[in-house]
Amino acid sequence: MKNKMNRLKRREHGANAVLLSPMYLFTIVFLIGPFVYMIVLSFLTRAETWGVVNEFTFRNYLKILEPTYLNTFWESIKLALLVTALVILIGYPFGYYMAKLSPKNRGVMLMLVTIPFWTSSLMRLYGWIIIFRANGLLDKLLMGIKLTGEPLKLLYTYPAVVVGMVYGLLPFMILSVYSSVEKMDWTLVEAARDLGAGPVKAFFTVTLKCTMPGLMTGVILTFVPSMALFFIADILGGNKIPLIGNVIQDQLMKVHDWPFAAALSVILMLMTTLMIFLYRKVTGSSDTEGII
Amino acid sequence: MKRKPVFSTVYLIVGVILMYLPIVIVMIYSFNESKISSVWDGLSLKWYRELFRDRVFGDALVNSLVLGGLSSLAAAVIGTLGAIGTARSSFRGKGVMAYIATLPMLTPEIILGMIFLTFFSLLGLPFGMTTLVLSHTAFCIPYVFMQVRARLSGMDPSYEEAARDLGAGRIRSFFDITLPLILPGIVSGMLLSFAMSMDDVIISVFVTGVSVNTLPVVIYTQLKTGVTPKVNALCTLMFLATLIIVLLSAFLGRIGNSKKKSD
Repeated sequence: MKNKMNRLKRREHGANAVLLSPMYLFTIVFLIGPFVYMIVLSFLTRAETWGVVNEFTFRNYLKILEPTYLNTFWESIKLALLVTALVILIGYPFGYYMAKLSPKNRGVMLMLVTIPFWTSSLMRLYGWIIIFRANGLLDKLLMGIKLTGEPLKLLYTYPAVVVGMVYGLLPFMILSVYSSVEKMDWTLVEAARDLGAGPVKAFFTVTLKCTMPGLMTGVILTFVPSMALFFIADILGGNKIPLIGNVIQDQLMKVHDWPFAAALSVILMLMTTLMIFLYRKVTGSSDTEGII
Repeated sequence: MKRKPVFSTVYLIVGVILMYLPIVIVMIYSFNESKISSVWDGLSLKWYRELFRDRVFGDALVNSLVLGGLSSLAAAVIGTLGAIGTARSSFRGKGVMAYIATLPMLTPEIILGMIFLTFFSLLGLPFGMTTLVLSHTAFCIPYVFMQVRARLSGMDPSYEEAARDLGAGRIRSFFDITLPLILPGIVSGMLLSFAMSMDDVIISVFVTGVSVNTLPVVIYTQLKTGVTPKVNALCTLMFLATLIIVLLSAFLGRIGNSKKKSD
């Protein structure tokens, strides 16, 4: 009897292994492999003309310490912080108000927010190009109402990049905040109000704390990509605003200094991991599930 | 006691209008007779006609559809099996593997692009459809995996146990019981994957070959170098396709939910 049980168990194990093996195999070969190679590559030497020489070096990491590249990192972080702050300011109230709608309206709003989120990001960027272009829609509108005498020519400027990024990343924040506000236990707020807290105090002591996981999820989903969304900076910033993403792309595709691109990526990856680690510390979640 | 929430309503409405503004503008200008988007020359379907004649866009569309289809299908099979296996087994390192499997969602896309580019060239794979499908499958798996796993965690294991007790084999009970129950999860994961693959610029830019172009890569290049209203027409059609997919998946989700309720 016991023997049979064991055999059954072993067969169960075998079946599970068969189920798991495609994902594990794929993950190991096409995910862990490339990641490990990135780390290895970041310590290798660039060949004179094209390619890589298998010679160990720290030079790629030292190169990051050069003022140009340090500045790029600093600029990227500054932009990411600005974008994240704006996304919180605009997106949090949006997600919050959305969750407080009647269930029917909530469904409609959820649909309305999801559709742009699924729409090609290039199409949405293109819309901004038409708006920001010199003598484009915005310039015409502002000159029409006599707010400005001459075209602002916002395309290829810093504000255009900020608008494009905030716009593109906003749905992530809205949806994360929405889902945590929707799950909230409102009796807690009522209790705080009954105990004499004003609406503002009740919001900061209760609501904000309860919705922190959603807010933090939104922050990660905004901050991490905004350091690396090179195509937004490319298209709306006209390559004038160098972000880490743009530098990595240039090093890979134009300069062909792959080891240096790898070193930059390793640092960017470390920064991302740190963010996720902080996220888990703050929210106390041990799973990535909260992220999406 | 209850105030009418005027401010919040206005906030939401203005927000939605701004969200759709760039999309609507692109769509409006697709019907513009003039080649320059700052001049309005009257309504015309000219650019749609030119779009359908354009071989570059046609080829890119076919490539994107093939790529999205293949990688969402591969992700569906691998991710679903992985989610079921993860839910059923208990061993050390399971959590770590689940974390690593969802890593592409937490990694900046540019890093994914960079590691695929360098790794594929290390392996000596020719850049083109193969590398595109491999990399897209890699970043699509997490979407299916998470969706199916969420579905499985809400599933009552006694259904399958009952089927097994009644003499159904492992395979039969899977196809008769488990699969129908998790199907909405698989479908929505696949749709998400397909949409992600159809929209991906960053990773595709790195792993696409000289001969194979996907739709987003073509649009990206045009936006950088000079764009014709053909792109407006294309974007409008893509938006309509997205709309249909979103509505369809919402509809499927509703069917799934009502099924759950009636059970």
